[in-house]
Amino acid sequence: MSDLLSVRDLRVDYETPAGPARAVNGVSFDLARGEFLAIVGESGCGKSTMLFAIAQLLAYPASQVGGTVIFDGVDLTTLTPEELRRHRWRDFSVVMQSAMNALNPTMSIGAQLADVCRAHTDWDDAHIAQRCAEVLAMVSIDPAHLKSYPFQLSGGMRQRAMIAMALLLEPKLVIMDEPTSALDVVAQRSLMRQVQTLREQLGFSVLFVTHDMSVVSHFSDRLAVMYAGEVMELGSTRAVFDSPQHPYSHGLMDAFPSLLGAPRALTGIAGNPPSLVNPPEGCLFAPRCTQVMDDCRTLHPELIDDDGRSVRCHLIHPVVRR
Amino acid sequence: MTESILSVAGLSRFFRVGGFRSRGILHATDEVTFEVGAGEIVALVGESGSGKSTIARVLAGLYPPSAGSITFEGQPIGRRSSRRVRGRMPMVFQDPFGSINPVLRVGHSLERSLKLHRSDLNASARHEEAISLVERVGLTPGAEVLRRFPHELSGGQRQRLGFAQALASRPSLILADEPVSMLDVSIRIGLLNVMKDLRDREGVSLLYITHDLASARYVADRMIVLYAGRIVEEGLTEEVISSPQHPYTRLLMSTAPDPRLPLSDDASVTDLGEPPKVINPGPGCRFAPRCPLAMDQCRASTPAPVSLSPTQRVACYAVTA
Repeated sequence: MSDLLSVRDLRVDYETPAGPARAVNGVSFDLARGEFLAIVGESGCGKSTMLFAIAQLLAYPASQVGGTVIFDGVDLTTLTPEELRRHRWRDFSVVMQSAMNALNPTMSIGAQLADVCRAHTDWDDAHIAQRCAEVLAMVSIDPAHLKSYPFQLSGGMRQRAMIAMALLLEPKLVIMDEPTSALDVVAQRSLMRQVQTLREQLGFSVLFVTHDMSVVSHFSDRLAVMYAGEVMELGSTRAVFDSPQHPYSHGLMDAFPSLLGAPRALTGIAGNPPSLVNPPEGCLFAPRCTQVMDDCRTLHPELIDDDGRSVRCHLIHPVVRR
Repeated sequence: MTESILSVAGLSRFFRVGGFRSRGILHATDEVTFEVGAGEIVALVGESGSGKSTIARVLAGLYPPSAGSITFEGQPIGRRSSRRVRGRMPMVFQDPFGSINPVLRVGHSLERSLKLHRSDLNASARHEEAISLVERVGLTPGAEVLRRFPHELSGGQRQRLGFAQALASRPSLILADEPVSMLDVSIRIGLLNVMKDLRDREGVSLLYITHDLASARYVADRMIVLYAGRIVEEGLTEEVISSPQHPYTRLLMSTAPDPRLPLSDDASVTDLGEPPKVINPGPGCRFAPRCPLAMDQCRASTPAPVSLSPTQRVACYAVTA
């Protein structure tokens, strides 16, 4: 079976007074059916912009300047707004970062769920009511809350209600943009558990963006590390965690303290991400890299795949000179 | 613990909620008692709604306490604490984008703090002191940083500036309210190191307020775990981490995401992380509705903290029975 989603050479620019800033720079990856791919990186690395580009939700000053997004055999970048509308919610849905802002505060949860059904299906009212109650129960919310307004729910419940809405029409792909970042740790873990269970039951794929890689460490199949609009490393989650190859992935792993083992001093990653308007020549991470070489400052490394593990680094894949 | 510089006894802060005729009283913090020693980092750990920020705000004089007493450097703190007291106990806020005046240069804001709190310095000494302050929190070169506007600094740099501003008044205790939670994971550690440096080099105490157990472990000497406005457990950091006693502390430990740990299979599976009821709470332990060990006694009255060791205390009937 072919991949559900194939992103090829995706490029997104933001228009700025100083010229175009390349927020997503030639990102390519495939997502299999039922797969959970996590994308991690610092703020400003282009991870959310990339999700928006995939869902075709970019708005000025951002615009896609190249690349294709093949979803289930269709190139989303060529569709008209009306054709896209038919795919949204039915085939893929997006869970936004902050459920507090994504839900309409003046409508009950039930009315908002029903809205999605009315816009995208021809179900009758009884069927809609039944399906809405069903999806709320799926995310452990009492269907009595169909009549509740967002302010009556806790942050965790609102976020779960958003996920329920995303699952209403049983899409093949659910795109999640930092859905856990506003939640407490216990609620965060519980939400990740539920996403995992639902994915096993319903078989949808997940594209999950976060800046905190420890959140996805136990849940994603594969992990992509993004930096300054490029994928720096891509591989199975376990492999990337156990033996990070790119110095940037290394730095990210070493950036969060642990509850395990003896306490030890950590350093984090020094410096700031590069300017995207005038990116440095060579590797974009070179100015902050602890293992930088001469080649890194002049030659831009390519993402090279080695048996399912891709790394963009001269250290791992040295420059070959003819 | 060395001599204590802050001691809080029976501190409560209630808020009336709801409409005009509402009888709802929100117990944000309830009978909280703890001490902070000189040159010590104490972490107040809890989820949203645990009352950790309310404690900091009462200490900073932003809210008056509903009950209880606060003694700071040997003096009781009343409703009108002086500028001197506030200077000795400044606060660093959570949001580095909202807590710095965006239209003034960094140097202006910092020298203004110095002017208010350090009247012994003249203009050139203030400038020298401002340079030294930003360099002490790792912003170099200091003179250049002072000329910048806040928007030219990243979130991590701004939060360092927050600490520089707190240092301006030569504090003995800094109240740090979630100083890293809005920063990227990769730059949090740098700021945590700044906090450790301040303790080690300047001898400042810090009250570090956080929901992140792992970062509390990284910086803090002692740890106080709050749930629904009450202290459920406290002790030396390693003591609490290596043998958490309260069921809530254990729940927090098991849900803290850590790629180095295998995924735990316990309460976190069923616990949805719903926040506690703190409006007109009943007489019992507030964790009882979520607690796997809850007994009848837990619903009838609130357990008092019991010492398990000279340093570790826990408030739980099931553990201390």
